[in-house]
Parts: sequence; structure tokens; C-alpha cells
Amino acid sequence: MSGPNSDYDPVEVTPLQAEQVAGVRDEALAAIAGARDLAALKQARLDHAGDRSPLALANREIGALPPQARKEAGQRVGQARAAVNHALAERTAVLEAEAEERLLVEESVDVTLPSGRRPRGARHPLTLMSEYIADLFVAMGWEVAEGPVLEAEWLNFDALNLGPDHPARTMQDTFWTEPADDHLVLRTHTSPVQARTMLERTPPIYVICPGRVFRTDPFDATHSPMFHQVEGLVVDEGITMAHLKGSLDHFAEQMFGEGITTRFRPSYFPFTEPSAEVDLVCFVCRGVAGVVEHCRTCKGEGWIEWGGCGVVNPRVLAACGIDSERYRGFAFGMGIDRSFMFRSGAEDLRALFEGDVRFASAFGTDW
Amino acid sequence: MRAPVSWIREYAELPPDLPTEELARKLTMLGLKLEALERPGDHIRGPLVVGRVLTVEAEPQKNGKTINWCTVDVGDANGTGDPQGVVCGAHNFAAGDLVVVVLPGGVLPGNFEISARQTYGHVSAGMICSSRELGIGDDHTGIIVLEPGAGEPGDDARPVLGLDEEVIEFEINPDRAYALSLRGVAREAAMGFGSAYADPCRRDVPAANADGYPVRVEDPAGCPVFVARTVTGLDPTAESPEWLRTRVRLAGMRPISLAVDVTNYVMLETGRPIHGYDGDRLQGTIVVRRATPGERLTTLDGADRELSTEDLVVCDDSGAIGLGGVMGGETTEMSAATTTVVIEAAHWDPVSMFRSGKRHRLTSEAGRRNERGVDPTICEVAADRVAELLTTYGGGTVSPGVTVVGTPPEPEPIPLPIGLSSQVAGLPIADEVVVANLRAIGAEVTGDADLAVTPPPWRPDLTDPYDLVEEVVRIVGYDQVPSVVPVPPVGRGLTRQQRLRRRIGRTLAGLGCVEVVSFPFVGDETFEALGLPDDDVIRHAVRLSNPLSSEKPLYATTLLPGVLDAAARNLGRGATGVALFETGTVAFPTDRGPAPVYGVEWRPSAAELEKLFDAIPAQPLFLAAVLAGERDPDGWWGEGRDADWSDALEIVRGLARELGVDVEIRQASRMPWHPSRCGQVWLGDVEIGHAGELHPRVCRTYGLPRGTAVLEIDLDALMARSPEIPPAPVVSHQPLAKEDVSLVVDDSVPASAVEAALRAGAGDLLESIRLFDVFTGPQVGEGKKSLAFALRFRAHDRTLTEAETAAARDAAVSSAARTLGARQR
Ligand SMILES: [Zn+2]
Repeated sequence: MSGPNSDYDPVEVTPLQAEQVAGVRDEALAAIAGARDLAALKQARLDHAGDRSPLALANREIGALPPQARKEAGQRVGQARAAVNHALAERTAVLEAEAEERLLVEESVDVTLPSGRRPRGARHPLTLMSEYIADLFVAMGWEVAEGPVLEAEWLNFDALNLGPDHPARTMQDTFWTEPADDHLVLRTHTSPVQARTMLERTPPIYVICPGRVFRTDPFDATHSPMFHQVEGLVVDEGITMAHLKGSLDHFAEQMFGEGITTRFRPSYFPFTEPSAEVDLVCFVCRGVAGVVEHCRTCKGEGWIEWGGCGVVNPRVLAACGIDSERYRGFAFGMGIDRSFMFRSGAEDLRALFEGDVRFASAFGTDW
Repeated sequence: MRAPVSWIREYAELPPDLPTEELARKLTMLGLKLEALERPGDHIRGPLVVGRVLTVEAEPQKNGKTINWCTVDVGDANGTGDPQGVVCGAHNFAAGDLVVVVLPGGVLPGNFEISARQTYGHVSAGMICSSRELGIGDDHTGIIVLEPGAGEPGDDARPVLGLDEEVIEFEINPDRAYALSLRGVAREAAMGFGSAYADPCRRDVPAANADGYPVRVEDPAGCPVFVARTVTGLDPTAESPEWLRTRVRLAGMRPISLAVDVTNYVMLETGRPIHGYDGDRLQGTIVVRRATPGERLTTLDGADRELSTEDLVVCDDSGAIGLGGVMGGETTEMSAATTTVVIEAAHWDPVSMFRSGKRHRLTSEAGRRNERGVDPTICEVAADRVAELLTTYGGGTVSPGVTVVGTPPEPEPIPLPIGLSSQVAGLPIADEVVVANLRAIGAEVTGDADLAVTPPPWRPDLTDPYDLVEEVVRIVGYDQVPSVVPVPPVGRGLTRQQRLRRRIGRTLAGLGCVEVVSFPFVGDETFEALGLPDDDVIRHAVRLSNPLSSEKPLYATTLLPGVLDAAARNLGRGATGVALFETGTVAFPTDRGPAPVYGVEWRPSAAELEKLFDAIPAQPLFLAAVLAGERDPDGWWGEGRDADWSDALEIVRGLARELGVDVEIRQASRMPWHPSRCGQVWLGDVEIGHAGELHPRVCRTYGLPRGTAVLEIDLDALMARSPEIPPAPVVSHQPLAKEDVSLVVDDSVPASAVEAALRAGAGDLLESIRLFDVFTGPQVGEGKKSLAFALRFRAHDRTLTEAETAAARDAAVSSAARTLGARQR
């Protein structure tokens, strides 16, 4: 290759001739187009666009031309170099895209591989059920009231119109503490929370009380010494059995689905008068003729026992210092465990209390 | 209460075509809940007929037995009218007797199909039945011999035996003791269908006179009425008629003898328990009084009982002969030789009955009625009815003497505003309906707007206006009550505590733990298993007087046993690892008892309430968790790891962080934790629990792998420190300056102390500090460890210069050097 030469006749300088420039350019474009990969393209860049490439050399020659020739030659070489650089850029983009595409193919994984680096946790379905119920009532403007499990005998029984010689006390198999004259029990129902609420608040009272309760039942598929109840209590002016029915109908539909309403049957609870048992429309057969007869869930009755309820006995209001002339109340109570079993189809109560993770895990962390 | 439908219909003129299901449904809706509807004949199909034995030929067999070859007239039931030849093994009958024959094609209970078969050299075309074969009794010593005139040969035997009967079994609530009688059930049935009702207790009885058996009642409060009648000259071999035995049996009682069956029958009919004494064994005046101290009595069930001075006893000259109203005594019991019966029909104080029954653990049909309250006005009627039935079926005569001591208490009228029922029900009820319904239950009603309602004597449960409201509304029908959702005032939603508890549960589940619910019962064995020292504070627990298991008589002071048992159960069922938590209240005795028991007439005073609440054991909400075995499983992603002590602390810290609370962990030593791997959790100056590795000995006891991590903390204490809404941080956009330092300290220096010293020295520019490596080895030196911390500095208003950062770092290091002797590596 020749260096700058002052003696040089510019007209004689072949690299700057049009054909020559076009030829070098075409050669470069061909080499670029022919580069199969980024390495070959790199070589083509060195050969055809590098410092020592023919076009670079030709560019240097321009300065040696007479001024009148410089413009034309400069234009010619400039255009050729631009074409080459453009081709290089395009080819680079194409080859890089191809290379990345190949890489991505190589990076293939088996997305069906299992997950489970950290097995997920769960909350107990009875906790979830209790919260679900609480939320139903909180949405209506009620509040959630609570109380202790070890409870004063007076609050568990006497204040609820269950005097010491009340036959109904034998209906409840109570755990007593020792010594007996401590007058403490494991609460047999959540009703002492109602008594506490009435002692601590003034009407209007709209509360729901979920909680653990205890009876001296042996542990089997349908009985447990510990289970969960939810009770509701309303004390306000002008309260009627119709309000009780309305609250329970709403509760039942929210729990078990549209059309699952309640039926009241006269019953007896010392703390309510009038009292009623609450039955649910059987959510399996819905009491439909032709189906109900074969229904195992309700044993053909079309109704399922759900809980008890009634108008708060004015004697209970009096024991809690509420003016029973001005205020009236209603109360109801249901088993949470039983309601959960209805909803989930669980058949053995024991599964709730043995702590097998396979059971609770089926219910997740929230409903 | 089991009520045969035909018996109900005897007093209630129900529509003849009324299906029993409909009757049961109506009574259920009136408050007498259907338990079961039984049709005893349902298990017998095909021809079951009355037969008259024509001939009986005894044929001794080679096996020593003697069979009878009989011909029996079964009318046209066999299609031919010819006598039916039947082989029978029983011997309690003779030619001419009426018997029950099942013909070929019939099916007896147990799907026992009857066909003509060759046996003992005859073709036996059917079977003569015993009551056991028909499923109506236990007697299989002989076949059923019907009383003469019970039916004609060829008649269907079902009605004769009560096999076509339907029995409704009701669940009777304690307030409806009157429904523990056919009298009461029939009254409700008649009321339900507007049918005529004939009260079986409407009966003319002879007036009291001085010639009856002498009776003295020394405790009229305990026994307001005592009626005695005497029947003499009874045929001791006389048996109860078939219809009476059938009814008693259908009502769920066992027929025994005429005298016993009759007293039971009258109790079922009227609701009034009756006691019969063998008149020949009574000695002198009957006296009713409370038992004397140390007095004893052997009751009918053979139990020798020491009586309480609160027990009501019936005595004669020989001493106590019965526990009044609860159970009779052995010495005057009626027997197969009894010819004179003294009938006692007495009204007893229900509270005394309840207490005696409870005290002596005696439950009986009589006691059940007496403690709930029986109509006190029917003692004379019931005694007279017993005397009538005894003499009708047992011969003998009723003595003219009639003893009546005392008078029945009079029910008090109850004031009832006529509109109250309507107001309580939320349902318009016409005034006439209120009055009519009250009269329908037998009450006397006077007045207009303000009614005075005198309940009938069989309704001692009716004492308050609201009791009457229930009666009015149940007859109108609970199904008439409309459904109206009440509108409460604005609510405040869940309390902060309630929301925090949910958050705690979700956080723990998010950390991979599964919630369990255990029974909160523990015992000394539990504390031994946990390796607790004898004087450990959590051994001091509330004791139950009637625990389910004598090994666990205490209410829990710790939730650990429950979660440890559950963890072992999961691993035993094949789980490779388990992470469990439980939240629940534990109880610590206050020793400030006993809890007072107040009256219920009015609200206790503030001071009284305080005393009451104060006596109740403290019951804080605790959290326990256990992580055993695999914590992170091996997998295609690499190696997993087992749970260790640090997992327990990670959970405590993670929970505290979630609640916005700063906890401090201090090295501690407490069972059941590993003595060198136990962290005590502190909130300021309050200790709230422990976390770390379970003691290896305890792991072995529970069958858990060594390294199992456990924690238990007081959630109430934790929640109390949780800020409602934390203050908002200022997030600096200035660049971060990083400085890592490695410090060598003595092994005994806790990492938390080094971190605290660095933090204290670093000043306000420190944004965060994190321990990222712990290193021991020869380079560090014996008894030393190297702790590497990443310090991150940032200012709010400027880019920190290198000099500023270095100065802060050096200050941090020299703080650690000064306070803990730390040396920078
Ligand atoms: Zn059904």
C-alpha cells in the first residue's frame, strides 16, 4: 500500500477512481453479507472498515488531491464508507438476534419440574369458619365479643336463668374445677359472653360471639369434649322474633347458599323465652319431593338441626341490669364445627383436632 | 317419650284418615319433637293369623325332645278352610287355645321366610309364634297364647298383638313435663287439629275419709299431697291383659307383673308416678320426712344408700322404706306373692327430687317426671285408676278407705298485656286468638287489655308473661313469624386485637406453618415429658374435678404438649417434615377465688362484679410452634435442610417484624429447650417466651428428631406493643455507601451485642446493618470468633463523601472495640 506522496498525480491515483471505490465497496458489502456469524463479521469489519481497509486508505488519499477534486472524491468515498458501515450495523443486528435466539433455545428448561421448596402453611378451618361467620355479621354492623374459657359458674349458669336446681343444668355435662367451691367451670356454651356483654355495655347491643366450649363428652366421630360455638345477641328497643328470624335466614343463606332458609320449632332454653330450635333447609336435597326420601344428610326430613335461639328471657336482662320494659333481645347459638362439617362434607369430627397437616392444608389460609 | 298412636287417639278425636307423619309433624311444630316413627309390624310380611289349636299330639323323639304335632284352625286364611298341620316345640298350650300362626309365604323379622317343610315325619305348614320370633318381646320359653275372645281363627293377628300400631317417639324438653304422658301428648294433638279431647284424668273419685291407710306428712313443703288407697285379695298369679302389656311395651317399658304394669300404665296415661307397697309388709303409719343423719336405705335396685338429711324418705315403723318420689325400698317391694297393695300417689317438691336423683345418681321414669313437675291435682285420680285396673284384672276389692293428706298448691295468675305476644313475635295476633290459645292449653283467662292468666295445674313451667307468649305464638305457629333483618347502629368493625390475631395466623401460615387445634388438658405426665423441674411455675395449673382422663386433670399452662403430639403424629404418618402452630388461651390460677355466686334478681354491684372477674384465672393468648424434620426439602433445585434452632427464632422475629414490634433475644436456659440453644424473647423489660431447639431428651420422649425447633410466646404481650399505624419513613434518594467490617470477639460475646455496639457507634448516617458471616478457626484464634457485618450508610440530603463514610465506620468499630473488646480483622 502506498503512503502519502506529494509527487503523486491525483488524476493518476487509482483508489479514488469511481470504479475503484465502487469495486472496493461492493467487495466489502459482499464480505459483510457473507459473514455467517459474529466472528466472521468481526473479520469483515477489520478487512473492510478497519483502519487499514482499502476505503480507509482511500480516505486518507483525499487530502492529497487538488482542492477541486477533493469534494467529488470525498463524497464518493464517504458514501461508500457509509454504505459499508450501514451494512455492518444491519448484519450485526441480524447476527446478534440469531445468536440470542440460539442461546435462548439452548437455555430451555423443563417448566413441568415440581415446585415446593417451602411447603405452604395453612390456618385451621375452624379459625377460618369463625372468621367467615364474624365477617358476615360485622358486615351488617354487628361487633365481635369474646370472653374467657374458664368462667365463673355464675356467668355460665345463674346469670342465664339456670339456677342451681334447674333441671336444664343436667342437660349440660360440665367440667368443674377443683375445689368445687371455687365456682369455676369450663364454659359449656358461649352464652356467658352474652352475659358479660350485657354487663359491660349498654343497649343497643349487636354482637356475635364465636369461641371454644367444653362438655364432658367422650371423643368420637360426632362428639368432642371441646368444640366451637357461635352465638349472637341483640338487645335493642322494639326487637322481635321476626328480627331473629331475619338474622338467621340471612346467616343461613350466606353460609349455605341461596334458598337455604330456616325453620323455627318451639323448644326450651332457660335464657330465652320464647325459645326455638333452628332447622335449615337440607342443603343436599333441599326437601325436594322424590329426592328428600333418599337423602342421607337429613334422613328424609328435608330439614337439618342447626342450633337454638329465642327471645332473651327478661330475667336474664334483669340479672344484667338492663331495663326489660324498654329493651328486648334475641339470642341464637350454633356449632361452628358442625356448620363447618356441613359445608365441607367432613364426616369425622376427630379430623379437626388431631392436627394432621393434610387436613388443614386443604383449606388454605383464608376464605 | 314413646306414644302409641292408638293411645293418643283414645283421648284425641283426630281425623280418622290423618296420616301419622302429619300428626308427628304437627306435634313437632308445637314443640314435641319427633325423634322416630316406629311401626313394629313393618318387619313382618305375609299371612300372620289367629289360630285355634284343634289337636295336640305329643311325639317323643330319639334325641330326647318331645315335639307336638298340632292341627290348627286358621279359618279361610290358608285358602282351603282345612285345619293346618304344624309341628311345634313349645308346651305351654293345649287344644282349644288361641295362638298366632305364620303361614307359608310369611316373613318374620330377620328376613326369616316361612315355607311348608318336612320335619319330624310331618309336613309342617307354618309356625306357631313366640313373642321373640315376632320381635315384640324377649319371651321364647313358650308360644303366645292369646286370651280367649282375642280374635277368631283366620283373623289377621297384627291388630291383636299391636303389630299394626305406630309409635311416635318424642324428645320432650324439660319445660314440657306434661307431655311425658299420653294425657299431655293427646291434649297437644287435639289442640293441633282442633279435635275434641277427653281428659283421662276427668274422673269421679271417692271423697277422702278417715278409714284409709294411716299417713303422716312431716314435711308438707317436700310432699304437699299424699294419697293412699288399698286393694286387698288380689290374685297373685293374675297377669296383665294383652292390650295393657302391649301398650306398656310399645311405650318403651318392660311388662313385669300385673301390679307393676298397672302402676306404669297409669303413670304413662296420666303422667303421675305411682308407687305400690306390699301391704302385708308395711308396718304401721306411713310417715314422710327428711332423712336423719346417717340413715340408710336399700333401694329397689339393691343398692344400699346412705341418705342425706335433704332426702325425702317414706318410712313406716321399721324405718325408711323408700326414697320419696325417686325409688322405693326393698323391704316393702311387691312380689309374686303380694295380695294386698297400698297405692301411693304423692306430689313431691321438684327441687328435692332433682337433688336426690343427682345425689344418688338415680334416674328413673318416676324421677324424671317428679323432678320436672307433675300435675299436683291428679293424685286421687291416679290412685283410683290404679285400684280400678288392679281389681279388674287381679280380682280382689278396693278398700273404702281413702287417705288424702295435704292440698295441691294453687297456681298464681300471671298478668299478661294482651298485645305482648304480638309485640314479641313481630307478628299481628288478634286479641281473640291470644285468649283462645291460652284457653286451648287449659289456662283460665280473665280481663281485657291486661289479662290475668291462671295456668292449668299440669303446667308448673308457666310462671312469667313471656312463658305465656311462647304458648300463644307456638299455637299460632312459629312458621308464621316473618323474616326481618334488624338494622343495628353503625358498628366499629373488628377490634385491633381481633385484626392482629388474624394477621398473626396469616403470617405464620405464610412462614409455612400449619395451624392445629388441640385439647387444653395436661397432667403431671405431660410436665415430666417436658422435663420440667418440680418447682416450675407452669406446673401450677387449674385442676378439673371431673377430667375426661385422670392422666390429664389440669387445664393447660402451655400449648407445647399439643403441638409436639401433633408433630409426632404427622411424622408417624409418614411426613418427612412438619411445621405446626397453635394459638390458644392458657390459664394461670389466680388463687384469689372462690368466684362468688350471686342472685339473679338484679345486676350485681360494680364492686361485686370486680370481685367476680378477679376470681377468674388469668387466661393469656399464647402461641406455640414446632418445626421438626425437613424444613426445606431436597429437590431438583439442590439440597434442602432440616429444621434447627434458628427456625424457631426466625419465626419469632418474623412475627415481631410483621407486628412492628422490636424483640430482643437473649441466651437462656429453660426446659424443655436445649440448655445451650434456647433464646429468651424480650419486649423491653418484659420476657414473653422462649424459642430454640427442643431438648434432645424431650425429642426422644415425644418421638421427634433431634434438632426439632420449638417456640412459645405470649401473644397478648406481643400484641399490646404493636403500634396501630407505624410512622412513615423518609425514603432518601441519595446514593448508598457500603462498608463491610469483620470484627473478632470472644466466643461468649453475643452477635446481638456486637451489632448493638456497631449501631450505637455508627450514628445517624447508618441506614442498615446486617451480619453476613460468622467465622471461627485458627486464623481467628482459640476462643474467638469473627463476625462480618455489612454496614450501609446514607444521608437524606447529600452524597456522602468517602471521608464521612469512613469516619462513621470507624466510629462504629471503635464503639464495638470499647464496649466488647472487638478487634477489626
Ligand atoms: Zn336432605
